[in-house]
Amino acid sequence: MATLAPTTPWTKDAKDDYRNCPITTLKVDMHTERLIIANAVMAVVCLTLGGIAALLIALTRWQAVHLLGAAWFYRLLTLHGIDMLIAWIVFFEMAGLHFGSTVLLNARHAAPKLAWLGFGMMTVGGLMANAVVLIDPNSSVMFSAYVPLKAHPLFYLSYILFAVGALITVITFFINIVVAKRENRFQGSLPLVVFGLMTAAILATYTLLEGAAAIVPAFLWSMGILKTYDPGIYRNFFWGFGHPAQQVNLAAMVSIWYALAQMTVGIRPVNEKFSRLAFILYLFFINLGSAHHLLVDPGLSFAWKAVNTSYAMYLAVLGSMMHAFSIPAALEIALRSRGYRKGLFGWLRNAPWAEPGFSSLVLSMFLFGWIGGVTGVTIGTEQINMLVHNTLRLPGHFHATVVSGTTLAFMGFTYYVIPLIFRKELKLKSWAKWQPYVFGFGMLLTSLGMITSGLQGVARRNWDITFAGVVPGTVEITLAIFGIGALLAVVGGIMYVTIVLVSILTGPRLEASNLLLLTGTHNPIIESTKLTDEQMEDKQNQPKGSLVLVFAFLVWFAIYYLSNWWLLGRTWFIR
Amino acid sequence: MLAPEKNWWKPMGRIEKTWLTVAFVWCIFLTLMMPLWYFNGKQNVPTETYRTTPEKYGAKVNAFVEQYTVGKDDATGLPIVSAPPGSDIYLRASTWQWYPILQLEKGKEYRLHLSSMDYNHGFSLQPVNINLQVLPGYDYVATITPTSSGEFTIVCNEYCFVGHHTMVGKMIVK
Repeated sequence: MATLAPTTPWTKDAKDDYRNCPITTLKVDMHTERLIIANAVMAVVCLTLGGIAALLIALTRWQAVHLLGAAWFYRLLTLHGIDMLIAWIVFFEMAGLHFGSTVLLNARHAAPKLAWLGFGMMTVGGLMANAVVLIDPNSSVMFSAYVPLKAHPLFYLSYILFAVGALITVITFFINIVVAKRENRFQGSLPLVVFGLMTAAILATYTLLEGAAAIVPAFLWSMGILKTYDPGIYRNFFWGFGHPAQQVNLAAMVSIWYALAQMTVGIRPVNEKFSRLAFILYLFFINLGSAHHLLVDPGLSFAWKAVNTSYAMYLAVLGSMMHAFSIPAALEIALRSRGYRKGLFGWLRNAPWAEPGFSSLVLSMFLFGWIGGVTGVTIGTEQINMLVHNTLRLPGHFHATVVSGTTLAFMGFTYYVIPLIFRKELKLKSWAKWQPYVFGFGMLLTSLGMITSGLQGVARRNWDITFAGVVPGTVEITLAIFGIGALLAVVGGIMYVTIVLVSILTGPRLEASNLLLLTGTHNPIIESTKLTDEQMEDKQNQPKGSLVLVFAFLVWFAIYYLSNWWLLGRTWFIR
Repeated sequence: MLAPEKNWWKPMGRIEKTWLTVAFVWCIFLTLMMPLWYFNGKQNVPTETYRTTPEKYGAKVNAFVEQYTVGKDDATGLPIVSAPPGSDIYLRASTWQWYPILQLEKGKEYRLHLSSMDYNHGFSLQPVNINLQVLPGYDYVATITPTSSGEFTIVCNEYCFVGHHTMVGKMIVK
């Protein structure tokens, strides 16, 4: 049986400074609490900056509005990429790593000074990147900063500062776990959520080192110390950082999915081995994905591209497909064992749809898998990539993964961090109830608008496609869908930031009295510990509905994938 | 979120096994599609590449244009160049221009060379929608056979600084 209290009782000693969480009975180290608050605040600040840029960019690409001039469009697009894809997500993940390596293990933060150093470097790096891009016109080089485009040396330095800061924080995660183990704060295996975060942390270590391999030479080159820097080599190293960074997000997001499922429904993982194996597959295979960005580059062989782009044999994709079953199945079993057994989907109808943690979990999983995952595997296919490379289909894909998936899950999780870690009452609860739907629907339209525009050949990172002169009239419509979707998503983003700010800035400090925000006074985490083996194995509780859902997913996957081969077969012959 | 019970290494249930098997078979299918298309498909990503320099490549482009120019585009003043089928044809990417305008024959094969004089550029042939990365220092050779005729646009779809969107070229297929 899973337990909430530490398996080995330990007494408070001089090194410990913690409080007891009344909801989860877990011990919250005070260093950790302050670190989580600091990282979460910076995450929201960066999200706000990136969100303002998002609004202005989307209103420019919406051809009928076409708001900004070219220089400001490219400048804000650079800013948007840095603030969203790096700063917002990584700050949030660092908060997650502090949480996972201490609170969930009933352990203390063993290296708070080092953690603050990491946080400080990330903050300086993140803000410096914003300042450089806004001040220096030559630094509008996009998030990817392909050499020989040359930004100001401080631009590269800000990347390095941020990455080293993140690396230091990741190291404190490992230190915490080792110390917790040595001090017997927990026994046996790591909880699944921490196991997933560990996967993310291992991937992050590799990713950040490869980032250094790409950016440090670029920094030296921008100062004239290094005379030349091969653009092909840079792309290889950069995406060795840029793509695995998204896999860090993936592993962290899946961990958050498991956490949200336990917090809002009270699941017990169907099979720990199954879920952990899926994380292990990420660990071994997902880093090959940097090739996704080099599929139509000169100088690389078919074999190299095919092996790498397929993660050896789509084994990392297999990992995601395993989670795609394992989480709904766990939800289904938990809900069925509470009596919602009617038909295939009675459990789903009776799920807590008004609970923001649950709705953001489901929407995040759905949009990540059905839109992001399916398009990602398809466009990451070596030959099909020729139809897609650098068109709007690409951002269409990753807005479904990183925004509809990761960002939405993180947003949903924030609503629980506010009462449990900030110890503030969550305000504007009715907003919180609708926010995941507004944001999720907005992002769905954004991605669909981008994907359908890209299918018609519209380039990404392009201020005005009318110069191309080939754009059919339907592009106006698909770009409008993108624009309207982005507006909706920005409304969802404003709702999120408002809820967070109002909650943490007003009202007194208050111990949380309830885990769920809107759907009752029961405690799903406690309930999850009461799920017995008999209930898990009961015939009537078996996840048949989830199996139908994943098969429906597979059918959609196959249709989308094969129709792209068909499209490829109709174009010019090329080899 | 919570520590698992002591012994969590348990056999998977029937449903997990079913899904794992189906998903794995699908992954193998995805893997096989690429080599299958590589040997049987007519659209594959070019791999032929040579090292070059902007100076060397620029000289080749100029010699090529001198030899095969057949006319001049009224709107842009760029030369229209038509080389016999099967020959090497050259396209030069630089901020913010595709040079020259290539004229091809439908159904005939050409060896299209692509390289950049300065930054990364993106060769995006529209509305055919073939997209290739163009790097300075790399002479990338795509063996192409147009299967449709008309006037096609070459859009640059790799960001190449603030004039990027103005980098639009033309290709003619007769």
